[in-house]
Amino acid sequence: MSSVAVTKKKGVGAVIWDYLTTVDHKKLAVLYLFSGLLFFAIAGFEALLMRIQLMFPNSDFISAGTFNELLTMHGTTMLFLAATPLLFAFMNMVVPLQIGARDVAFPFLNSLGFWLFFLGATFLHLSFFMGGAPDAGWTSYASLSLYSPGHGIDFYVLGLQISGAGTLISAINFIVTIITMRAPGMTFMRLPLFTWTTLISSTLILFAFPPLTVGLFLMLVDRMFDANFFDHTMGGNTIIWEHLFWIFGHPEVYILILPAFGLFSEIIPVFARKRLFGYSSMVFATILIGFLGFMVWAHHMFTVGLGATANAIFAIATMAIAVPTGMKVFNWILTIWGGSIKVTVPMIYALGFIPSFVAGGVTGVMQATAPLDYQLHDSYFIVAHFHYVIVGGIVTAIFASFHFYWPLLFNRALNEKLGYLTFWIFFTGFHLTFFVQHFLGLMGMPRRVFTYMEGQGWDLFNFISSIGAIMMAVGVLLMVVNMLLSIKSKPVNCRDYWGDGRSLEWAIQTPIPFYNFKQLPLIRGFDAYWIEKQEGNTEGMTYAEPLGDIHMPNNSILPFIMSLGLFIAAFGALYHPDGVSWSIPVMVIGLGITVLAMIIRSVKDDLGYHLHKEEILAIEEELYGKGGNN
Amino acid sequence: MSHDTEIQGRSQAEYEFGRRKSAEKMRKQVINFAIMIFLTFIAFATVVADFAPTFIKPIILLLAGIQVVLQLYSFMHMDEKEAPYIGVISTFVWVGAIIAFTFFLAFNTIIWW
Repeated sequence: MSSVAVTKKKGVGAVIWDYLTTVDHKKLAVLYLFSGLLFFAIAGFEALLMRIQLMFPNSDFISAGTFNELLTMHGTTMLFLAATPLLFAFMNMVVPLQIGARDVAFPFLNSLGFWLFFLGATFLHLSFFMGGAPDAGWTSYASLSLYSPGHGIDFYVLGLQISGAGTLISAINFIVTIITMRAPGMTFMRLPLFTWTTLISSTLILFAFPPLTVGLFLMLVDRMFDANFFDHTMGGNTIIWEHLFWIFGHPEVYILILPAFGLFSEIIPVFARKRLFGYSSMVFATILIGFLGFMVWAHHMFTVGLGATANAIFAIATMAIAVPTGMKVFNWILTIWGGSIKVTVPMIYALGFIPSFVAGGVTGVMQATAPLDYQLHDSYFIVAHFHYVIVGGIVTAIFASFHFYWPLLFNRALNEKLGYLTFWIFFTGFHLTFFVQHFLGLMGMPRRVFTYMEGQGWDLFNFISSIGAIMMAVGVLLMVVNMLLSIKSKPVNCRDYWGDGRSLEWAIQTPIPFYNFKQLPLIRGFDAYWIEKQEGNTEGMTYAEPLGDIHMPNNSILPFIMSLGLFIAAFGALYHPDGVSWSIPVMVIGLGITVLAMIIRSVKDDLGYHLHKEEILAIEEELYGKGGNN
Repeated sequence: MSHDTEIQGRSQAEYEFGRRKSAEKMRKQVINFAIMIFLTFIAFATVVADFAPTFIKPIILLLAGIQVVLQLYSFMHMDEKEAPYIGVISTFVWVGAIIAFTFFLAFNTIIWW
C-alpha cells in the first residue's frame, strides 16, 4: 500500500478496483468528471431530440408523452447529475490544492458522496428502460406528478433522494475541509476565490437540500401510501410542494453559478496577468448572493396568486441580487482592464461568458418585475433566460476549466486549436439556439409544448434554434474528441503550465503525487504562488514543516457497498405499491447491506497508515527524476 | 505540524486542574437541565391554570425560544469559547436559524396571511 509505485503499469481489474475503493480527492475528481460528462452527454442528446422535434411545425418525430419525458429528464439530469458533479470535480481537484491540504477532511465521506450520487443517477436513468421516465418537468409540481401513471415519478423521487444525500455529504465535507484544513498562514481573506465560492455554495447546499429532502419524502408518502399532503381534494395543498421545491430550487441555481463565478475569478487574473480586482468585494458579493438566494424563492410563483404584497416583496428582493452580481461583473472587467491580456482557450471562454451572462441577468431582472412576469410566465422567454444563465455561465465555466485544469488533472494539455474551434462552434450555436427563443416567448410560444401549428410566425425562429442546437452538439463532440486526443499527447511534466499561475495549485509539479505536498506550505499572502515566484523561489512554496512522515487514509470499498445497498432497496420501494411479493424482501436486503456496511465502518478501526520519509523521497525521485521535486 | 513533534504527558497539577474544570462543567449542565425542566413545568402550568390564550401563546413561544438557546449553548456545547472554530460554528448555526425564521415569517405574514 504505502510503497505505491505511481508510474507502474497496472492490469484493468486492478485499475477498476483502485477507482472503486479510492478515497483520493484527485481520483474522485476524475470519477466526478467522467460521470458528469456522461450525464451531460445524455441530457444534451435529449435536448437535441427535442429540438429536432420542434424544428418544423406539426412534426411527429417523437410523441407528446416521450417529449414530456425528455424535457423532464433533460432538466433534472442537467442540473442534478451533470452540472453539479462537473463542478464537484473541479472542487475536489482544486480546493485541497489551493488551501494547501493533503486531502479533504473526510476522505471516506468524499467517496461515499460520489457513489451515492452515481448510483442514484443510474437509478433515475434506468427509468427509460423500466416502464417510462418521469414526465412532470424537473420541478415535478405535485398537481402533475401525483397523477402521473407508471413509475416515472417514483424513479425521480427515489433517485434524487439517493443522489441528493450524496451531494449533501460532499458539501459538508467541503465546508469542513475549507474551514479546518487550511495550510499555516492561509487565512480566510487569503483564500483563492474558487475556494471561497466552493465554501459558500456548499453552505447553500447544506441549507437548501433539506427542504428538497422533505418535499421528496412527502411526495414519496403521497404516491406510495396514499397520503394526502399535496392532494387538495383531501385537505392537502399542492402549493406546499411548490414552496418546498423552490425554497430548495432557487438556492440550487446559485449553488451552480457561484463555483462557476469562482472558476472565472481564477482564470481571468491568470490571463489578464493582473491581481483580481476588488478581492474583498468579490468575497462580500459571494456571501451576499448566497444569503439573498434564500429570500427570493417565491419569484418562481408570481402567477400562483400569492397576492400583490408577497409579489412586490419578492420582486424587490430578487432585483436586489443584481447588485452583488453586478459588483462581480465589474470586478472581472476591471481585472481585465489594463491587464497584459493573453488570449487562450480558457480566457476566450471567460471573455464570451461576461456578455452572455449579463444578457441572462438582464432578462432575469425583467422577469423579477412581477407584472411583466405574468406575460412572460411559462413562455419561451423563460427558457431563453435560464439557458443564457446556465449555458452562458456554468457550461462556459466548465468548458474553460477543462482546458485550464486539464494539466493538473491528467498531466496532459488539451489541444489549443481544436479548443478555439470548439469554442466558436459551441458559442455561436448557443446564441443561435437561445437568442431567438426570447422572441418566440414574446410572440407567445409556451414552453414545454411538443409541437405547434404553422403560420403563427414561429416557424423560422424554431428552425434557427434547432440549427443552433445541432451546432452545440457538434461543439460538445469536439470537446470530447479533444479529451480523447489528449490521451495520446505528451505528458506536460511541469509546474505552472500556463506560466502565469497565481494560486497555490500551480506551485505543484505535475504529475501531482497522491499526498499532494511532501511538506505543507507556508502561505505568505493572497496569490501565494505569485509571491514566491516574484521572490525567485524555484520550489514554488516556502515550507511550514520539515520533511516527515505523512499520515494518509486507507482505501475502502465500503462507500460503494453502502450506496449499492440503497440502490437495491430503492427497487423494492419502487415496486412496493404494485403489490409484488418480492418488494419487502428486496428492501430488507438492500437496507441490510447498507446497515451492515455502516456497522463494519463503525466497529472496525481504520486509522490509516504512515508514509515514511524514505518512501516519500523514493516516490519523488520516481516522479521527477534524480533529486526529486526541487 | 510535523509528525516528529514530541508529545508530553500531563503533570499532576494539570490533571487536577482538568478534573476541577470537568466538575464545574458537570455542575453547569445539571443546573441548566433543572432550569429547562422548570421552564417546561411553567409552560404546562400556564395551560393547566387556564389563562387566556392571548397570554398563554406568547409565553409559550418565549419559553420555547429560551429553551432553544439553552439547548444549543448548554447541551450542544456552543458555550465553549475555547473550542476550535467555535466562531464559525456559531455563525453557521445562527445564519441557519435566521434563514429558517425568514421562511416562517414569510409564510405567516405575506404568503398565507
